[in-house]
Amino acid sequence: MLCDVCHKNIATVHLTEIINEKVVEMHVCQTCAQSKASELNEQLNISDFLGGLAAMGEFKAQKQLPKCSACGFDYGDFKKKGRLGCGRCYVTFRQQLLPFLKRIHGLIKHTGKAPFQIDREMSVQVKLKELRKRLERAIQLEEYEEAARLRDEIKKLEKK
Amino acid sequence: MFEELINNQDSWLNGKGPESEIVFSSRIRLARNIDTLPFPSRASDIQKDSILKRIKEEYSNVRMLKKSNFVDMEELSELDSQLLLERHLVSQEHILAGKGKGVILAQDERISIMINEEDHLRMQAIASGFDLKKCWQILDSIDNDFSKKISFSFLPDLGYLTSCPTNLGTGMRASCMMHLPALILTKRINKILELLARISFTTRGLFGEGTQALGDFFQISNQVSLGLSEDELIDNLIGVVNQVKDQEMDARDILLKRYKPSLEDSVGRALGILKNCRLINSKEALSHLSILSLGLDLGIIKNADLSSTGQGKELINSLFIMIQPAHLQKIESKSLKEKERDYIRAEILRNKLKV
Repeated sequence: MLCDVCHKNIATVHLTEIINEKVVEMHVCQTCAQSKASELNEQLNISDFLGGLAAMGEFKAQKQLPKCSACGFDYGDFKKKGRLGCGRCYVTFRQQLLPFLKRIHGLIKHTGKAPFQIDREMSVQVKLKELRKRLERAIQLEEYEEAARLRDEIKKLEKK
Repeated sequence: MFEELINNQDSWLNGKGPESEIVFSSRIRLARNIDTLPFPSRASDIQKDSILKRIKEEYSNVRMLKKSNFVDMEELSELDSQLLLERHLVSQEHILAGKGKGVILAQDERISIMINEEDHLRMQAIASGFDLKKCWQILDSIDNDFSKKISFSFLPDLGYLTSCPTNLGTGMRASCMMHLPALILTKRINKILELLARISFTTRGLFGEGTQALGDFFQISNQVSLGLSEDELIDNLIGVVNQVKDQEMDARDILLKRYKPSLEDSVGRALGILKNCRLINSKEALSHLSILSLGLDLGIIKNADLSSTGQGKELINSLFIMIQPAHLQKIESKSLKEKERDYIRAEILRNKLKV
């Protein structure tokens, strides 16, 4: 889509303006958007902007979404405010949020630190997976002594 | 406590840190929310109060917060909360009226923890100069201590959950406050800002979100918070800040080599105005102080031209903050109208720059 103002560059910014009580949609390129923004002399509000992003494209078809079971937040509120209600909202609206998160962050895989309890849990899960793999291999190779030892170790970890 | 703040010369605002000529200060903040409770924007007043109470009970167990002050935002006067804003200890959003808001201040203002801002906890560490790793060490330790007692909202693949999805993952925003007068004078700044935006870095003004670049200060921060580890995010920012720093040095070189007379003229005029003004608003004062600071960095004026103790740079750095509206009113210990502030501001500048 070409920019509505200069008709040269590709439109990357989509604005909705109310002119004479009519809703006018504009698609402009970054350069024209900047000059437009300074023309309006107002700051782009991050919440409105995010809400706008969330309202784009794929969500238009899905009208009736469940409310968050923990805080009662509905996805329409997010479109308006650009903020979520609670941690549980990320589970409830996961499918709707994923494409949007991809747009902001690119990669959706947390690789930073984790709280202690969860860190431990996660490493336990990883360890269990590894042990089960080794157990399988031991059984295939008929190394029953090793298999018994691995089985005990797995049992011990599972109890934690 | 607030009188102490004004006179505190030992804070991160002294501009003494590593490479502080261009990188004025470094800051990292972490966003955290308590598991199973709604985010502040959706929490009831009772819930917000109980969050505040909970943090108040727990923070004394945090080693980095042993000697600290707990401030209930509701109990602050408008002037005092403005003062905290001017010292970058709270955000614009945090000084708006609201239930259950608090802030914990520690270690000479290097640590500040906002409670019930956009997230339950917004923990920040500031260092003067270019020292992001130190900020991270401090925050990592605070976060570890808190998470022994409080379980934070977290999902393995999405990381720490935050009210706004732009902070998801690490919940981390790292930023450097850079002084870039030469890039502005050589009109190269817009190109740089454009480039930064293209590689997902955000630039803001002196007071964070939605503020102007007063006094030629720019805050550069990471936009992405998910998919990279804290160390990676910090390393990326360090790389970018170094690039911008090199550009600024380059521009300073050009100014010195090609435009020395006009640079000397600007610095001289700035000093002349600050030494002789009778009414001056903060925007104008900031822009002259910025040029003066540049002149000092480039040896156009000497420390002795500004201060009899030879501490020219420290003086300018302290003036950047001291001439802000709430600071003036605190110094005068009364509320002042705009014109009165302009008068007092001019008086302080004249007195401080008298050699």
